[in-house]
Amino acid sequence: MNILGIASYYHDAAAALIVDGVIVAAAQEERFTRKKHDEAFPAHAIAFVLKQGRLSLADIDAVVFYDKPYLTFERLLETYHAVAPKGLRSFIAAMPVWIREKLFMRSMLQRELQKLGTLKADVFFTEHHLSHAASAFYPSPFEDAAILTIDGVGEWATTTICHGKGNAIRVLKQIDFPHSLGLLYSAFTAYCGFKVNSGEYKLMGLAPYGNPSGERTKTFEKLIRTHLIKIHDDGSFVLNMDFFAYTTGLRMYRENAWKSLFGIPPRERESEQIAQEYMDLAYAIQQVTENVVLRLAKTAQKLTGAQNCCLAGGTALNCVANGKLQRAGIFKHLWIQPAAGDAGGALGAALAYWHIKQGAVRVPADGDAMQGAYLGPRFDDDDIRIVCREFDAPYQSFTDEGQLCAEVARLLDEGKVVGWFQGRMEYGPRALGNRSILGDARNPDMQKKLNLKIKFREGFRPFAPAVLESEAVNYFATSATSPYMLIVTNVNKELCNPLPPDYRTMPLLDRLYVQRSPLPAITHIDFSARLQTVSPKTNPRFHALLTAFKARTGCPVLVNTSFNVRGEPIVCTPRDAYRCFMRTEMDALVMGNILLLKEAQKPLAESSDWRETYTLD
Amino acid sequence: MTFLRELLRFFVARKKVWLIPVVAVLLLFGVLIVLTGSSAIAPFIYTIF
Repeated sequence: MNILGIASYYHDAAAALIVDGVIVAAAQEERFTRKKHDEAFPAHAIAFVLKQGRLSLADIDAVVFYDKPYLTFERLLETYHAVAPKGLRSFIAAMPVWIREKLFMRSMLQRELQKLGTLKADVFFTEHHLSHAASAFYPSPFEDAAILTIDGVGEWATTTICHGKGNAIRVLKQIDFPHSLGLLYSAFTAYCGFKVNSGEYKLMGLAPYGNPSGERTKTFEKLIRTHLIKIHDDGSFVLNMDFFAYTTGLRMYRENAWKSLFGIPPRERESEQIAQEYMDLAYAIQQVTENVVLRLAKTAQKLTGAQNCCLAGGTALNCVANGKLQRAGIFKHLWIQPAAGDAGGALGAALAYWHIKQGAVRVPADGDAMQGAYLGPRFDDDDIRIVCREFDAPYQSFTDEGQLCAEVARLLDEGKVVGWFQGRMEYGPRALGNRSILGDARNPDMQKKLNLKIKFREGFRPFAPAVLESEAVNYFATSATSPYMLIVTNVNKELCNPLPPDYRTMPLLDRLYVQRSPLPAITHIDFSARLQTVSPKTNPRFHALLTAFKARTGCPVLVNTSFNVRGEPIVCTPRDAYRCFMRTEMDALVMGNILLLKEAQKPLAESSDWRETYTLD
Repeated sequence: MTFLRELLRFFVARKKVWLIPVVAVLLLFGVLIVLTGSSAIAPFIYTIF
């Protein structure tokens, strides 16, 4: 049976194809349209997954949408009814799209699909959080697991605790809108001057700059707990809506109420400087978020008796909280869907249809069923050569993988930054070694170079390490694998350097450039790192490169950051990769077996500034 | 019409028949908003609608 899962019309549209329960392909629409978080109907992603499965639309047996629009409409009506006459602006913003489109979702989907071929299948709908839960549980290696889904909002639910067993998922507890941990975090994201629904990970990266023992930080945390959110022992929570504006207006928070509570105004968006107050505030909300996640996890364990836990929903991308959850030892094993945000809902919807509606028996996969999240398009050397010719780009071809990896290891050892474009594109927000920019983690200037000259992003943001799976314990304080870069752990204590005595009073960037370990480029300000462990089973070529780098330098760790510039979706095609390579100060680009050196390239004929092409996120 | 039948069945199933008059009034307003062409994309808000 061929099932097409679709997520769209909110943010991060995506499509996924499963054939007889096997995940064949999945991709986000943004990668094809080059519009970050593109929410439009995922026509390109659907065309890709069908092509990958060698199917036409007529071969699809069921189309499943990841959300129930009538339930969302019910939530909107009840909310507007409850807050009227307030909420008029929000109502005016929301209604046109509902009356024109979303109320007619089934026919709209059918119409869009028919543009891609002959649609014979019916369109089904799963609940938003069931899609998340299904995306977390069904591909996991567990027969029995607690499932925690936390995000901004689906239809009504913002948080669920479910129990997955065999092929069944039972929803045990649910917290409904407007009480939402995701929206609380987004409100702080906005208050600290970052963009809602894309800047949350910046807030998470900023939090460690807060002073954990400072009076102000403690006060902020206390204020949040006493005024903004009431957290119960079981992890359930109630937000004080006197402080939030998202039910009635087009802002997340009530500015005057927050100003008088915290004593600081909202930070101006994208202003150069970040004052210590905002770092302390980021630290405080991160602590509160982690506390809620841990309490919910304890409750989930009690309710299910399970030894394993699966996570999904946007809040599951909070890898710092995930790391704390793993170290808390509430569960023996933790598995997080790599496409934990809405894009993963496309896969979850398809899997929910297969196992719940069709009752298909589930056999948990060894490791997991995500195939390393390498579920997107692949381009072979012939495709890459065509692009090189199109740009008149000089290149060197390798026939031997060992030689290629040895050469790239040499470049990295010399401090070069290398674009690494291999195999199938990743599904989800992380680049896991197939659409990555790589650098030497030992190089003290690497973080600055990557942030300011390659990625053009804020200087304070950390970079993540990729390490040989077998070597991870020698560098990081974890014995568990982290193939999807969704767990933050600490760099081993014996590798950490002592901090200067005036560290806490130093300016942000001075603190950042203190050499905290022999791997300064990936050791964040609090000695943490968002780890990716690389296995030869899921990514043999990336594993071979890390092995070659270790053979040359003795170090099995590289900086791995996504292949894009700020505001740009991760590259999809060799053409995207070459353009990104030429627009930045990247030194080399490896696509398949082909190596391109920047010094050999002619300037790009299309000289448009990338900043005009992509809106900063 | 299929849509209206489907929506009615939905409200009955959800025991939210009381919402129907609200829907009628809100839809009326909504239609007016659509006809007058005003629409705004929320710049500072998580997409909750």
